[in-house]
Amino acid sequence: MAQADAGALDQNASVEPTGRLRTADGRPLKSALRRAQRRRKITAFLLVTPLLVFILGFFVFPIAQMMWRSVDNPQVVRALPNTLEALQTWDGQDVPGEAVFAALHADFVADAERPRRDQAMGPLAVRLNYELSAARGAISRTSRQAVNFEAPYREAFLDSHRLWGQPELWRIIKREGRPLTSAYYVAALDREFDADGSIVRRDENRRIYVQLFIRTILMSVAITFLTFVLGFPIAYYLSILPMRYSSLLMICVLLPFWTSLLVRTSAWIVLLQQQGVINSSLVGLGLMDDANRVQMIYNMTGTIVAMTHILLPFMVLPLYSVMRTIPPSYMRAAKSMGATPSTAFRRVYFPQTLPGIGAGGVLVFIISIGYYITPALVGGQSGRMISNEIARHMQQSLNWGLAAALGTMLLVGVLVLYWLYNRLVGADSLKLG
Amino acid sequence: MTFKIKLAGASAAVSLLAMGAAQAQDPVSLTIVSWGGAYTASQVRAYHEPYMELNPHVTIINDDGSANALAGLRAQSQAGNVTWDLVDMLPSDAQLACDEGIIMQIDHDAMLAAAPDGTPASEDFLPGSLGECFIPQIVYSTVLTYRPDAFPEDNQPSSIADLFDVENFPGRRALQDRPGTNMEWALYADGVDPDDIYDLLRTPEGVDRAFAKLDEIRDHIIFWTEGAQAPQLLADGEVAFATGYNGRMFDAIEVEGQPFEIIWDGQVVEWDGWVVPADGNNLDAVMDYLYWATDTQRLADQAKFISYGPARASSAALVGEHADLGIDMGPHMPTAPENYFAPIVLDNDFWVDYGDEMRERFANWMLQ
Repeated sequence: MAQADAGALDQNASVEPTGRLRTADGRPLKSALRRAQRRRKITAFLLVTPLLVFILGFFVFPIAQMMWRSVDNPQVVRALPNTLEALQTWDGQDVPGEAVFAALHADFVADAERPRRDQAMGPLAVRLNYELSAARGAISRTSRQAVNFEAPYREAFLDSHRLWGQPELWRIIKREGRPLTSAYYVAALDREFDADGSIVRRDENRRIYVQLFIRTILMSVAITFLTFVLGFPIAYYLSILPMRYSSLLMICVLLPFWTSLLVRTSAWIVLLQQQGVINSSLVGLGLMDDANRVQMIYNMTGTIVAMTHILLPFMVLPLYSVMRTIPPSYMRAAKSMGATPSTAFRRVYFPQTLPGIGAGGVLVFIISIGYYITPALVGGQSGRMISNEIARHMQQSLNWGLAAALGTMLLVGVLVLYWLYNRLVGADSLKLG
Repeated sequence: MTFKIKLAGASAAVSLLAMGAAQAQDPVSLTIVSWGGAYTASQVRAYHEPYMELNPHVTIINDDGSANALAGLRAQSQAGNVTWDLVDMLPSDAQLACDEGIIMQIDHDAMLAAAPDGTPASEDFLPGSLGECFIPQIVYSTVLTYRPDAFPEDNQPSSIADLFDVENFPGRRALQDRPGTNMEWALYADGVDPDDIYDLLRTPEGVDRAFAKLDEIRDHIIFWTEGAQAPQLLADGEVAFATGYNGRMFDAIEVEGQPFEIIWDGQVVEWDGWVVPADGNNLDAVMDYLYWATDTQRLADQAKFISYGPARASSAALVGEHADLGIDMGPHMPTAPENYFAPIVLDNDFWVDYGDEMRERFANWMLQ
């Protein structure tokens, strides 16, 4: 910029004998320009600093921390340092020998001596139970007795809980005896480690997440498409109406924005349920048999209908703002040159609305892929989405590592889709208003 | 939250000023976390209000965070900023929190009142109800409820087996969207003795058997998530059967006048009670409150406001009439002899150990 300006000035300004341009007070023009621009850059930066600090502190940092949890694995290392060392020479086949159990005893004793706040066996029990059911019971029951164990320790531990006699528990302790783990991602992909330590698919009856991810994406695509189909004509109509009517109608489009999400979702329950308004009206009009009321809620249909309604304004607004800027004379010009109305629409009007469709589509898709409360209320079993599972792990099972892994995968998925969109369509063409 | 506390602190200070310098104790505000709705209301009337009357320097703030108590406790503990003083939660969650060391261990005889006849607390509370870190208040149960008008008069359902009998008792069923209770009932309906259910569920064959039984009614189920959804679905006529907490069903039947009937067969009985977050700021005040609020009379008092049974044996004789409705509450208690004929006592050890695996299988089963 500075160079370009200086170059342009070269043509007209008077050139000193040294060949360098100077300002009125004698400083070289180039450095004066640079200084002025630096000052402007600093001002601009200071202006956005509060927002930047806010985003870093309350958005980027918590997300990074959450992502870190999906690989963070301190529990085994902290609770069982002696055992892990003794396990280094273990072949991974049979139950380990006395040396390992003596080390295990030493770890339990060391832990009992720590103040309660710092005890590591509780978190260890919870962590191991994610990998092997009943491991929590083995650890917490043993930790109450272990201090009193006498040598030989192997027998004492094997007596205290059956799991100590299972090589699987030892393999898990050895595998998870590292500060970082991939176990949460393995679980999030419906996979697990087998006896050799290689990753295999889980039993068919325990696979959930991959299926849910696919369903979430398909449902989001369907919702995005439906909002487009419903939103495009509305936005078009709004854009050709005179301003005073269109702003009145715009209020109707925006009205849902001002109503509580829960109220809107409950309204759909009242409308769609089997004893609800729609079913009862159809039965009352004799169009449907009382015994064959249609189930339109507590399934995928319910989620899609309710979410399409809730997300419709996110499609209409960008479409409207783009359509408003398309001069009607283009269509007239196309028609005057012989295009049929449908050709004029297809070849002249529609291509110009693409930035709005792109923006609306990306908005609706990204919002719906992480939607949570509506699927929980009207989704039944077939209309659930991945975010319902994430919420369950955050709030109920308290498996934050798995929740973080699922959340990170969702985040990465959205970023990949956005990147693809950017490659194919170009983010520059996004128009939000 | 901070705002709330400040506000309560301010109001406590105002009331202190009003009383003048005669009051020697510093004002304390206790944040007590519970389930909200009718349940918190019963605690407010049975415990909080009388306690604040006796101890004017204490202000109690209610927080309806119990549904996510475990997550909240862990988050507060990790942030090093514990703002909850006392939390109402389920024993299985309490055991997890106890293992993590984020709630206090309880010495029941030293910290809690003895029964009026001198029986120490550890013997007065119902057998199996006390936990390492857990003080039970109530016994509640998950019961099957139905609409009598959904079935002919001469063919009304009466057992858990009828829930799984779609041919004789057609209609949709509202079940909770988690394995607890559903797995137990599947085996119970399949003829397993209540005492053997959890032994069987610890084996893969038992789990398969439970899911095979659940398969029989799969197409007739609507799953509910929030406790209030079950009575609502039943009231709307969306379902013929619904599982739900007996207290909510009592409210729907007696207070709202809904035409539901409760089936006490196979009721799944569980405790609910207090835990004390470790590193709270008002431990002395909390302990004083706990000693008072879990004594024999107070636990019996709570049953005046909600149909959950007191967790102390010595309280049972003191349960009287509902404070507003004037109904004798005895027959509505899950523990009343005529209701307690075939109870399934929830095995928390089982659910803490196997819960993750069961939830995964159940989620997978729901997805099919």
